[in-house]
Amino acid sequence: MDDDAVFRALADASRRQLLDRLHRRNGQTLGELCRGLDMTRQAVTKHLAILVKANLVSWRRQGREKFHFINSVPINEIAERWISKFERSRLGALSELKKDLEGERDD
Amino acid sequence: MTDASKSSFVYVTYIRTTPKELWAALTTPEFMKKYWFGMNFETDWRMGSSWRLVFPDGRVADTGEIVEIEKPKRLVLRWRNQFRPELHEEGDARCVMEIEPAGDVAKLTITHDIDKSGSKLIGAVSVGWPKILSSLKTLLETGTALPAIGELPRG
Repeated sequence: MDDDAVFRALADASRRQLLDRLHRRNGQTLGELCRGLDMTRQAVTKHLAILVKANLVSWRRQGREKFHFINSVPINEIAERWISKFERSRLGALSELKKDLEGERDD
Repeated sequence: MTDASKSSFVYVTYIRTTPKELWAALTTPEFMKKYWFGMNFETDWRMGSSWRLVFPDGRVADTGEIVEIEKPKRLVLRWRNQFRPELHEEGDARCVMEIEPAGDVAKLTITHDIDKSGSKLIGAVSVGWPKILSSLKTLLETGTALPAIGELPRG
């Protein structure tokens, strides 16, 4: 996926706050997410759309309600790609690191 | 209100592959081992058949039943933990894997839920799935699984 979209989505305190709320309780509706927040419903909708686009939030419809879930797969991908890469380099697997770094350039 | 009697999560990943290949990756035990902590998934892949997920040392991790199978789109599993008593006693969970084409990539959605609030099982599998899915994506897109995937996460 698009790492830039993930980093951009995370570079905003309001959006991180929404992710924190979903992390605390997964599967919330827009109304629940808005509750107690210092943001308009419209702003929350806009932030959620950015998070969904970056694939950091997934959702599913159940009856008339739309529930939002935190989707940590892209964060995990970034963590694996960056953090374990450096760990591997420490272990001396430099050739593999090089291969991975070069392979990523096609993105 | 969210259905308080339920615990669930929905994970989504987009993988540069075809639905057919993704389906094969999700249902070929030899391939699954590469991205699923080295575990062996045993079943005959028929509707109503049982399945079990076995650790490399032979202990049974989870068992269940194939509830729905529609190649290459949808797989629904009944899922019960067998290696942690506090998770086992929560009973059956449901895992739905859905594949949709999305342009030149395939979208994989994994939904795991159980009819119980504050489920520990859902807490536990929600730690494992992102790792499994990242490794699956890396494996399909580059041909190499993530090195960290050899071991089951604790917790």
